[in-house]
Amino acid sequence: MRVMVFVPGDQNSEAGKLPSQELIAKMMKFNEELVKAGVMLAGDGLTPTSKAKRVRFSGPQRTVVDGPFAESKEIIAGYWIWQVRSMDEAVEWLKRAPFDGGVEVTIRPAFEPEDFGKELTPELCARGERLRAEVERQRGP
Amino acid sequence: MSNQGVGATHEAIEAVWRIESARLIGGLVRTVRDLALAEDLAQEALLVALERWPAIGIPENPSAWLMATARNRATDQARWRTMRGRKHDQLEQEASALPATPDLEAAMDEGVGDDLLRLMLVACHPVLSMDARVALTLRLLGGLTTAEIARAFLAPEPTIAQRIVRAKRTLAEARVPFEVPRGAELSPRLSSVLEVVYLVFNEGYTATKGDDWTRPELCEEALRLGRILAELAPHDAEVHGLLALMELHASRLRARVGPSGEPILLLDQDRSRWDQLLVRRGLAALARAEALKQPLGPYALQAAIAGCHARARTAAETDWNRIVALYDGLAELTRSPVVELNRAVAVSMAYGPAAGLEIVDALVNEPALASYHLLPSVRGDFLAKLGRDLEARAEFERAAALAQNVRERELLLARARERRNGTPGAC
Repeated sequence: MRVMVFVPGDQNSEAGKLPSQELIAKMMKFNEELVKAGVMLAGDGLTPTSKAKRVRFSGPQRTVVDGPFAESKEIIAGYWIWQVRSMDEAVEWLKRAPFDGGVEVTIRPAFEPEDFGKELTPELCARGERLRAEVERQRGP
Repeated sequence: MSNQGVGATHEAIEAVWRIESARLIGGLVRTVRDLALAEDLAQEALLVALERWPAIGIPENPSAWLMATARNRATDQARWRTMRGRKHDQLEQEASALPATPDLEAAMDEGVGDDLLRLMLVACHPVLSMDARVALTLRLLGGLTTAEIARAFLAPEPTIAQRIVRAKRTLAEARVPFEVPRGAELSPRLSSVLEVVYLVFNEGYTATKGDDWTRPELCEEALRLGRILAELAPHDAEVHGLLALMELHASRLRARVGPSGEPILLLDQDRSRWDQLLVRRGLAALARAEALKQPLGPYALQAAIAGCHARARTAAETDWNRIVALYDGLAELTRSPVVELNRAVAVSMAYGPAAGLEIVDALVNEPALASYHLLPSVRGDFLAKLGRDLEARAEFERAAALAQNVRERELLLARARERRNGTPGAC
């Protein structure tokens, strides 16, 4: 299974401060272990939200908002994509990461094709949509 | 809040085991020089963990904990055997040769790469049958249980258990050395490992038997082994070549089956459904293989062909000239009639059906392809494109008679009928 691991940001990451040399070294060693175990597929650290943009959708309108986004509770400062056999394995790997200070790191599994059932292809999704529309229509006023 | 307090769940312990077991067994093999004993010691350490961790929780450094426990077991066993007056002071020596706890972490970190590589080479030793290599590799390197391996290969559990026991006995009897060969000697040993990994991958990729659900798991297991191997033996181009090939093939897993389970051929696949992360990883692995400046082997060449398809945004953009050149190299290297047949298809795409037909005609009397339905199927396709309908129809009918797969047979018969009615078929 594929999981995404979200590392939250804080005031320091938002201020563009880099972690200490020591922490960087520890993190590099951890990443190395993930790669050697065939677990890490991808990962990046993200720049502060001062460099971010948001696009707001409302009907036909698209409004672009520039960062920083101080109001948002969960700013993501980095992510990994891992290939693991189970959530338990993902948890055990994450426990080895060099975080501290009460930070909470989230693991979320991606949908697998099996989650949709092996029969559910785009064509069938479309058919399901039509069926739902038909049911709605029949229920009628 | 769930059960993430002090105690460890069974699932969590199993997860730790899967992360640690190969390194643990590898470290033990290095010191006790006996695969069966090393695995027994590791299993005993797991049993102790299953007994204690639910109460005390997972230790801060589980790998050191497991190694220390296994080491204690080795010492106990040596003592027990000495008490029975048996000549096993050898084991005692071996146990004391295991690193003591304080230096454990450093000692283990140092040798881990070699330990794992050694374990892979031993598990895939040419003295073993292919079946035995596969079972032993999944067990020792993948940390899979006998039951899981049996399920994946649709074999009864006792069969797999026996296969593993026999394999370990064969290795002991053959006195297989535990040294990791260096330089030129490493490559042929690695090719035996690559063969095993690719077989596991293909078992998952092409559903030769059984339910679909076994597939992705085996593909992922093979990919993981390939990724580990690429770190262990980074100077071998074929290691990266195989990894690239597997990543690129796996990127198409989602696109190669249609709504009712029918296979969708590469050129007809919806490319937006290809897994771009795996495509990128595959192309990166291919670049690493090519950067080593060694002559490309069969895996790297196949990966390069897969790479050409991966780079093409639409089927029409495929660089067939390059694919033909790669197939030329592959055909020369493997001398395989199946590769030659594939080359013919590539040639027809690049230079037209007449050029493809020329190659296929030379294969018609090839004994290895005598009952291979794709030969008449491909030949029929070329003939149809050249407007030689009567001959094409005969080839499609012959192909249909040879095809094992019902759906494929129907397709071929339909194409034969099209020739009869004189309607041009969609190619």
